[in-house]
Amino acid sequence: MDRSSSGAGEGRGARPTAHELARYEALFASRTRSMKSSAMREMMALTERPDVISLAGGLPDTTTFEPELYAKLMSHVAAESTARALQYGPTDGMTATVDCIVEVMAAEGTLIDPSEVIVTTGGQQVIDLVCKALIDPGDVIVAEAPTYPGAVPTFGAYQAEVAQIEMDSDGMPIEELEIVLDRLQARGRRPKFIYTIPNFQNPGGVTMSLARRRELLVLEDNPYGLLRYEGEPLPTLYSLDAEVLGSGGGADLVIYLGTFSKILSPGLRLGWAVAPRPVLEKLNLGKQGADLCSSPVTQLFVAAYFNERDPGGGRRWRAYLEQLKVLYSRRRDVMLEALADHFADDARWTKPQGGLFIWATLDERIDTTDLLALARESQGVAFVPGRAAYVDGRSGSSSMRLNFAGVPEEDIREGMRRIGKVVREQLSLIGTLSGSVPSSRNLARGAAEREPGTPPGGEAAQVDRGVAGGGLRAGSPGAGQDAGPGGDDSGLADVVALPRRASEGSARRRRDR
Amino acid sequence: MNEEKKVAVLKGGPSLERQVSLRSGAHAQEALVRLGHEVLALDVGPELVPELRAQQPDAAFIALHGRDGEDGTVQALLEAIGIPYTGSGPAACARCTDKALAKYLMREAGVPTLDFHFLREPSVRQLGAAHAVADIEGRLGFPLVVKPASQGSALGVKFARASDQLPSAMVGAFSYDDKILIERYAKGRDLAVSVLDGPATDSTRSPPGRTGARRAAPFALPVVEAVPREEDFYDYESRYEIGMTTFVCPAELEADTAARAQELAMEVYTLLGCHGVARVDLMLEAGGDDLWVLEINVVPGLTETSLLPQAADAAGIGFDELTARVLASAWTR
Ligand SMILES: Cc1ncc(COP(=O)(O)O)c(C=O)c1O
Repeated sequence: MDRSSSGAGEGRGARPTAHELARYEALFASRTRSMKSSAMREMMALTERPDVISLAGGLPDTTTFEPELYAKLMSHVAAESTARALQYGPTDGMTATVDCIVEVMAAEGTLIDPSEVIVTTGGQQVIDLVCKALIDPGDVIVAEAPTYPGAVPTFGAYQAEVAQIEMDSDGMPIEELEIVLDRLQARGRRPKFIYTIPNFQNPGGVTMSLARRRELLVLEDNPYGLLRYEGEPLPTLYSLDAEVLGSGGGADLVIYLGTFSKILSPGLRLGWAVAPRPVLEKLNLGKQGADLCSSPVTQLFVAAYFNERDPGGGRRWRAYLEQLKVLYSRRRDVMLEALADHFADDARWTKPQGGLFIWATLDERIDTTDLLALARESQGVAFVPGRAAYVDGRSGSSSMRLNFAGVPEEDIREGMRRIGKVVREQLSLIGTLSGSVPSSRNLARGAAEREPGTPPGGEAAQVDRGVAGGGLRAGSPGAGQDAGPGGDDSGLADVVALPRRASEGSARRRRDR
Repeated sequence: MNEEKKVAVLKGGPSLERQVSLRSGAHAQEALVRLGHEVLALDVGPELVPELRAQQPDAAFIALHGRDGEDGTVQALLEAIGIPYTGSGPAACARCTDKALAKYLMREAGVPTLDFHFLREPSVRQLGAAHAVADIEGRLGFPLVVKPASQGSALGVKFARASDQLPSAMVGAFSYDDKILIERYAKGRDLAVSVLDGPATDSTRSPPGRTGARRAAPFALPVVEAVPREEDFYDYESRYEIGMTTFVCPAELEADTAARAQELAMEVYTLLGCHGVARVDLMLEAGGDDLWVLEINVVPGLTETSLLPQAADAAGIGFDELTARVLASAWTR
């Protein structure tokens, strides 16, 4: 009997069953102890509100997909493949979908053997399945720092020890990687795999030659490869590895992760892995246990979509991709401009040649988790604090991840203006508290926006750059041996900033404040 | 035995402790349903007051942590619309939630609390407060802990080992509240004593929506110790992180230390005017037997792993009984 009624925003009422933890505690697997929540993640759960401009999402812009095309494809699937769409499918995926994957990979300049593909429920499932297949508690994964925030709780759930290596502008510095590997070796440890997200700047050749020399498996997580806005495409690690092997076959040290999420739609929940056959078999067994198969409805949707032709006979998906690239690169430029306008000189940020995000790093005395609390509360703007991309939950504390792809231009400008305002206020306060000599350079751009009542040139508007910042936490970022898991599944939703149920449909409402 | 009441459980809201609050609320709801009450679950938001007016519950069970729910805002609203509610009133809420105010009151009353200074952000901009920071450092010495005056979660609690770390620590704390306190750092054991009003008499006979039941004298529950999983001197924040701590109840203490902790908790409960229930956090400083009162929570967590339910359990008060007693506090004001 459920006697509770629901009130403002409450979906489910109380169940009368007893939920005393003690009754279940003895049943929980030891891994659940490492599936913890954190205050930072809980705060991020609060950022997806309709009144907040969120630069925190990991979202592409799905409003650009033509409703008529969507309707046409869905009815095509419904009419032409009723029974198949409603039926279970093969665990490794439907042939028609694998054909699309081969086509996408070819567009990436990577030839693959269709029998080495497994279709998954999003790229996220690949990360999970690879861990399931390879990671025993305490096993080591080497990852970049920062890494994909959504991988952090997955690594945690499998109780992996993650060594994160701070990236420079060329990616994971190979010397650092060698040092970490040697250090691990001295402890008799060897990473199960290297988890890497190719960015658009750094060629993977160096990484691959090292992986080859050390016989290390690489998980190449490449959701954005086709979303390159400028510069020459870089070969995938997968293709580099296959090339070295020659013989026209696949790679033997690379597990490639791809997804339709960023080039088409994350709502389809379709991704894939290309892997050496023995690994593929384990992924397949793991997937059988996880969900038997990915949805045939969306697989057939993808197949139908990839069959679409333009009036001119070109591939429709390529045209849509071009359209996305134009849109996203413009938004990236808007954000870069806004960064230059609103962030002080001592902030640094990436100038990505593709993808969805900019990674910005502020004065080291600013903790972006605190900044988020203030920015959300006082300015109604959100971003992902850098710590979310670090397995120890502490490093990266002066950085932030900013999504430009899923945010309209005016919101990017306004959002960045708001963040810049809070940053300047914090820097000015730090400067004042440090008793520093005003320096007119640092906040020059902010001067126009000084709070009314603050004397121009007064201490409140300035910050001294000479004062050494006080890092609050022990351990330098990316020191390498940061073991320890983090996050539970609600934390995961927070990190990739999925839309919250209640605000679905209102996500694109105008925010006036 | 108990008369069935219509009870609105207030939980969630936009506070930084939203998640914990949702769990506390859900847990209390289950108990209230088992106790035979009609439960109205409210995730508080702009519809709160209209919803309460429309539903006219006999009482509001407050399971809100942090802003609004713990600082007296919601309590004052409930008084305005005439709905009895659990726990402390607006004045006690304000006194406890503002950690600086609570510490000043304790200091005046001779209750031991770690030495501290209070600072407001506007005074940095408007009154040259930065020039007082050196004096504060000199008086308290390093290391120091900087906390937002009213923020219950780990967020914003900062640790400064030396002068050059203090400004960013302060600005971090100011991100959550324009009032902060800078406190001497003490190393020691973290203890918590929950105080509960005795079983109310007549609560079941008093008509809904009316006070009148007699309030019985409060008493202290057994001491709980929070033991950090990994002791890390520099990592102050993780001590507050969920899952980073294990709890021992009753805490393994000398009998007279435990008794002193309980007496202090009772004293503070009365001093600050708490009602129904509260949790008092203390520290037993290492290398001595100094007990310090750190802070008081007027809406202690009610999740499966929270300190209050564990302490009650150790005193033979099950969760349903605990929930019933907290609910009864709505009618004993
Ligand atoms: C680097 C990276 N890997 C994997 C994923 C998972 O995406 P999906 O599960 O939607 O394919 C994402 C999504 O944001 C990502 O950014």
